[in-house]
Amino acid sequence: MSRQELLSPEGLRVDGRRANELRRISCRASVLSSADGSAYYEQGNTKVLVAVYGPREPRAKAQFNHDEAIVNVEFNVAPFSTSERRKRSKGDKRLLEISSFVKQTFEGAIQRSVYPRSQIDIYIHLLQHDGGTLETCINAATLALVDAGVAMADYVCACTAGSIDDTPVLDLNGVEESSIETPDLTVAILPRTGNIALLQMESKLHTSKLEDVMDLAVEGCKHIHKKLDDAVLNAANDLASKLGR
Amino acid sequence: MQIDDIPSSTARDLASRIVTPGTAITSDPAYMRGHGTFGENDTIYSSVAGAVERINKLVSVRPLKQRYSGEIGDIVVGRITEVGSKRWRVDVNSRQDGVLLLSSINLPGGIQRRKLESDELQMRTFFAEGDLVFAEVQSFFADGGLSLHTRSIQYGKLRNGQLVTVFPQLVPRSRSHFHTLPCGVDIVVGVNGYIWVSKHVPAAKVEANSELIYSDRNEHISDSERETIARIANCIHLLNRLYVKITDTSIIFAYEASLPHAVKDLLTKEVATDLAHTVKARLLQQS
Repeated sequence: MSRQELLSPEGLRVDGRRANELRRISCRASVLSSADGSAYYEQGNTKVLVAVYGPREPRAKAQFNHDEAIVNVEFNVAPFSTSERRKRSKGDKRLLEISSFVKQTFEGAIQRSVYPRSQIDIYIHLLQHDGGTLETCINAATLALVDAGVAMADYVCACTAGSIDDTPVLDLNGVEESSIETPDLTVAILPRTGNIALLQMESKLHTSKLEDVMDLAVEGCKHIHKKLDDAVLNAANDLASKLGR
Repeated sequence: MQIDDIPSSTARDLASRIVTPGTAITSDPAYMRGHGTFGENDTIYSSVAGAVERINKLVSVRPLKQRYSGEIGDIVVGRITEVGSKRWRVDVNSRQDGVLLLSSINLPGGIQRRKLESDELQMRTFFAEGDLVFAEVQSFFADGGLSLHTRSIQYGKLRNGQLVTVFPQLVPRSRSHFHTLPCGVDIVVGVNGYIWVSKHVPAAKVEANSELIYSDRNEHISDSERETIARIANCIHLLNRLYVKITDTSIIFAYEASLPHAVKDLLTKEVATDLAHTVKARLLQQS
């Protein structure tokens, strides 16, 4: 057999999940003491750490905005994040692309007019890479922003979905994502209204399949929203009990 | 959640009132929306994670963790970041830097006069970049920026000590934010979470020699004084780490409890937890 079988006849994937199953998610807010808000987020073997600073005085005087906050996103990949050690330069186009996606997504969700003449910095560090970089970055950044007390219209929850042998599959891992035949679609939604904040796909997918794949991804986003909400409530209750004493 | 059940005053039990972003608080049109909320289709939603508060018909959500947001009359400690024309920009741990106008500082010697062009040219002799100032919030600008003033003998430049940064939420607003502790250390507890711990200098000495207000030179600080300053600073650090309210009382309690330990051991996990519990117990006993 020339290629690896991504979906077994029994309907199981390489890591033993079913087609509509998410990877295990674990996350925690307020992990760094120096940042205004921070979060550690794991989705399967993809692990990210996010620090949010601000709203604070804009560092570059030229670009500040008189009636709303500017959002600055920096995305960093640890050299040890993949099985092959590799150091990426800061100007890597792939990294800049992801940070600009994250930035665009949150510019819509953050209530920027509440913070005129300020800047919100989001620093994302990918510690371990196993597929679904963009979704984990967005989910982790949401958690960190909520932790920082930044006013947002809603959470932003992201999820990927693809299609293997005509079956829509949820939350692709590294192996599935790197396979050429598997299209992968990243969707970010605002769960309260169901509005789509981001929709991204770089491969070909037949139009007839698009709807199924998107529905699955949106379903995944809703699950993630629940997880994030639980993490926020946990962190809030924890802090409230400490402050209340 | 029933909004009417929330008592109008700030209740002690926070946990039952916690909401997360996007939670609908009320759709009763009688309520007005305050900070931390937004309206959509006649419904008030929360925009932050925090505790719902209601004052008569005004509903707001106070985030549990947030940068300092100023109120007029707040005592703050800030760091000069920029010297501009007729103004300094001051980092006060807020959403944007505060502004200290040349017209709202005291001249050395307490001379009352208009600030001239010559004063404008020698602004760096009053405050230069990196200096720490002890100031009060005078007013707000239209965009929410803070305007500070140092028009009092006790405000001005800070020296002879060290800065400790804490969560702004832990510093309650109180009648006095400048304290001389019995151990011979002065503390300035800024509401913005910046705390200055310094050697005690009698106020009479500063009043007698008005040039001292803008002096850049430290006085002689003996080794034992340095140790006391470090001890107080570590006490504040540990109170901050374990979320104990930071007031002169809690600092004194922490200091007294810390005396059997060496200064460098105060921040180790066991000692810090132990001291914080002692302080909490004493505060509870007092109240």
